[in-house]
Amino acid sequence: MINRIFILLALLGLILMFLPFLKDFDFHDQLGDLSSQYVEGSINDLNSQNVVTSVVVTYRGLDTLGEVTVLFLATAGIGFLLRTKKRSKKSRKSSELLQTASQFLLVLIILTGIYIFLHGHLTPGGGFQGGVLIATAFLLLILADANVEFNHKVLHLVESFSGTFYVLIGFLGLLLLGMNSFLDPTIIPLGSFGKLLSAGAIPVIYSLVGLKVGSELTTILDKMGGE
Amino acid sequence: MIFSLILGFILLIIGLYGMLTQKNLIKIVIGFSIVDTGTHIIIVSIGYLRGKTAPIIDNAVDLANAAKQVVDPIPSALVLTAIVIGLAVTALMLSFIIKLYHKNRSLSISDYQELKW
Repeated sequence: MINRIFILLALLGLILMFLPFLKDFDFHDQLGDLSSQYVEGSINDLNSQNVVTSVVVTYRGLDTLGEVTVLFLATAGIGFLLRTKKRSKKSRKSSELLQTASQFLLVLIILTGIYIFLHGHLTPGGGFQGGVLIATAFLLLILADANVEFNHKVLHLVESFSGTFYVLIGFLGLLLLGMNSFLDPTIIPLGSFGKLLSAGAIPVIYSLVGLKVGSELTTILDKMGGE
Repeated sequence: MIFSLILGFILLIIGLYGMLTQKNLIKIVIGFSIVDTGTHIIIVSIGYLRGKTAPIIDNAVDLANAAKQVVDPIPSALVLTAIVIGLAVTALMLSFIIKLYHKNRSLSISDYQELKW
């Protein structure tokens, strides 16, 4: 009981700390300097329609590399914690509807995921969203048959190759364009604004991110499905 | 929108309350996810500008003065990062719980007193 009172008091204190922030908050009606520069730079320098993508992949590219590393570390941690010896064979059979539908939908969902990360510089979406979508396709497969076996060699190969090429493209910028251009997408011709082949290396980088996220999340799902 | 900002804070408080009062480990993780969602809503609503469109330069946006017609892209990019990290952290926490359950056959946090003071 006394515990509960302390918790409520702590939350009340937190609300009191938030209140001035809410009261004094005023919405701007103009973009800040940095954001305007990002929007203009995305149009003029990068030929990328989706400004969020150019911020994620180019202007904050190093952050995204760090994020991919965090995701990799989490996957490694899960792999370390849940190294299973053998799958339990007692799993129930799922319904025929689910089994047939999963066979049918698998390819379609993977294709949609690939579409989303290839068009990351044109439409909402990108590598992370596409990768998660690809992983859901494999989740459907696990739901349909709990004993399904994935080819771990292929998963690890895709993951490590996409990660390596991501870093290599970053270093290619350093090599071709000089200092301060790690992960610069202008190493590839920029193409015309609004077409699939535009924005230089952004679609390439985002596709690699998508493959990496997809294979990592599939590994996570596979490990957790084994439990 | 001020309403989405308030909604984000309400979610944050609800999630923290759940994390502090629940005994079940899985429910604590659910509370963490609610806090996560609340912070995402707060960050995105900070970047909102009244009457502007998404930062995607298509037919809805005039190319010449695009910077005057779109909302702030930076909070969206930050949230994109945060969502993926949140997913990875949640998965890691759940696998810790699986491991703990295998060891002690209990999901109640009261049964794990090693770190209590």
